Amino acid sequence: MKNKKLFYVLLVVLAVGLILVGCGSSEKASTSSNSSSSTSSSSDSSSSSNSSSSETTVVKIATQSPLSGPYSAMGEAIKLGAEMALADNAEKFKALGVELQLFPQDDQGDPKIGVSNAEGIVSDKQVLALVGHLNSGVARAAGPKYEAAKLPVVSPANTAVDLTTYGWATFHRIVAKDDVQGPAGAKFAFEDLGAKSVYVVHDKTAYGQGLAEAFQEGAKALGMNVLGFEGQEATQTDFTALVNKIVAMKPDAIYFGGMYNQAGLLVKQANERGFQGYFLSGDGSDNAELIKIAGVDNVKKTYITSVAGDASRTEEGKAWTQRYKEKFGKDSSTFSVYGYDATLVVLNALEKAINENGGKVPTREELNKYVSATKDLKGVFTTTTFDEKGDNINAEVFIYSFEEGTYPAKFIKTVSVK
Amino acid sequence: MDQNVLLTMLPQVLIDGLTLGFLYAVVALGYTMVYGILELINFAHGEIFMVGAFLGTEVLLIMQSFGILEGLNPFVAFLLAILVASLITGGMGVTIERIAYRPLRNSPRLIALISAIGVSFFLQDLVRFTEGLVRNAFYLSGPQLFKGIIPLSSSIFIPTKTLLIIISAIVMMVSLHLFVSRTKWGIAMRAVAQDQQTASLMSINVNKVIALTFFIGSSLGGATGVLYAQQYGTVDPYIGFILGLKAFTAAVLGGIGNLKGAMWGGVLLGLIESLGTAYMGPLTGNAFGAEYKDVFAFTILIIVLLFKPEGLFGEAVKEKV
Repeated sequence: MKNKKLFYVLLVVLAVGLILVGCGSSEKASTSSNSSSSTSSSSDSSSSSNSSSSETTVVKIATQSPLSGPYSAMGEAIKLGAEMALADNAEKFKALGVELQLFPQDDQGDPKIGVSNAEGIVSDKQVLALVGHLNSGVARAAGPKYEAAKLPVVSPANTAVDLTTYGWATFHRIVAKDDVQGPAGAKFAFEDLGAKSVYVVHDKTAYGQGLAEAFQEGAKALGMNVLGFEGQEATQTDFTALVNKIVAMKPDAIYFGGMYNQAGLLVKQANERGFQGYFLSGDGSDNAELIKIAGVDNVKKTYITSVAGDASRTEEGKAWTQRYKEKFGKDSSTFSVYGYDATLVVLNALEKAINENGGKVPTREELNKYVSATKDLKGVFTTTTFDEKGDNINAEVFIYSFEEGTYPAKFIKTVSVK
Repeated sequence: MDQNVLLTMLPQVLIDGLTLGFLYAVVALGYTMVYGILELINFAHGEIFMVGAFLGTEVLLIMQSFGILEGLNPFVAFLLAILVASLITGGMGVTIERIAYRPLRNSPRLIALISAIGVSFFLQDLVRFTEGLVRNAFYLSGPQLFKGIIPLSSSIFIPTKTLLIIISAIVMMVSLHLFVSRTKWGIAMRAVAQDQQTASLMSINVNKVIALTFFIGSSLGGATGVLYAQQYGTVDPYIGFILGLKAFTAAVLGGIGNLKGAMWGGVLLGLIESLGTAYMGPLTGNAFGAEYKDVFAFTILIIVLLFKPEGLFGEAVKEKV
């Protein structure tokens, strides 16, 4: 009997603990529910307009990006960008007899989930195009599904070089590839920061390793001394042994190919060991969490290259970010603009296809031809012209600095691709 | 890399190895205590450690959001986080034993092992779910309490928190040792470990003693989680898996069921791992880099099991008749 009593007491202790964990974060929860209410209200309005006019054809534009999990902040930005582009063009398409609907899917940054979502997307006949993915590994796994279904894909974020080398007719991207981004980082480190030696670390993922290899090649071509090239599992949190080795070698810079959570830890642990040099990373580190994890004092010499630019640098972009904030109640991030612009590419092709088809909604295959033929399309931030492989020939790489410890990072310069 | 560089980093590598080793050692105590008393490998122990890391971080974050943390002495905040985390994880340990292990105590050991693995996945997903729900993130970065760094020379730095972690781990291990060897409950625990039936005939409440063992082991694991969170700054729901496996390796290395063995096994493993990670690359011309650091722990486990299955400090167990 006594044992039973003890057991209940412990259950209560456990319950209290869980409640404690829960209430500390009610603040965050309220903001996220806020955003979800705004999305649901917008979808409400679209469904009500659906019932009022019966002669319109529904066209769904799918998005696939991580809406939960560690990369959800970037993934949600893509989804919201696409949502805004659809809302902005809804009237125009209504006049053409088309009702646009967003079909957002959560791939959690996981290739397996991405593929099974892709099956759902291609089997829905109303879906004519996809905007996504965030993670190159997911895009690589799901790509064959889209190709088989002839569904045009416009990626706002995938940078892995190989994605446009498989001969997929349906794959397009508006951002710069890793083999452009890596060398751009090397060029910046060498010419602007004066770094002569560098230690290269990556997270052994398709993205991180590819970027690190591209950086290494660029660095070697410039005559920089690459002191080491090493991978650490993406789940690794303890970099101290590696950092000891790096600090003992005194490189002018550390380059990391990987995501912000590990980049933050690496910056922090290197600083704690007295590392004095620069820290460089790619667009995976383009996240506010990096500063939180690394600590504001430690990011002063941290630079990132990104395929995503800061929209608020132009007047037009400023107005756009303002509208985004009003619509969704949160600041736009770099991938919001790309989600928006990638969706514009799709919508522009759709509009052309409808007009040249005598008002008929095109098939996926027809739409894909129009997407591939996109030329000099000006979005909020990018100008898109696809080459024969589906790469945007106008893509640029941007350099940012975390020296102020604020997010978004401070824009330094553009490194041109061509 | 020349010899000089290899030599100058040695002290730092040893310090890191010790820190890691003490973390392993305290977690290994949890494995070894449960094994010693029940001959059960509590595979959920790594996850209890992980929950402790989250609880400690959450306590600090909650204090921060109420603005209490700034005015508080960091030591008080540290102790408070450890206290809350270890009490709750201790309670969890007892609950897990009651729900997942006690009903299976007379079943084949394999059944209890599967139950343990189930519990460990449950805890991983529970934390992932709760954190995903309330913070919309898997990675939790907590406030750092101790930011000071003690420079010993131009190339050796000891962060204050590292020192504190080593001290806390030693305090925990010494007090456990005193508890087991000097108190009435400690004697009861040893008696139950020796022979449950005879112990119960000597009017020892076996269930209570086992619950106590789980409470102590789990609360030590939870407290180590807080130390880990302070050392590395960021926690995620998967930190318990590999660390748990390695702590288990440490327990086996020292001789599972043996408290002293767990401590030495942990420290040894931490040192070997740290040295291996730092020097394997340069010594093998970068054929084996730091990326193979997890391999060391398990290679050692296999070697020990092959040549000295009872572990470095264990006694050869005679078959029970």
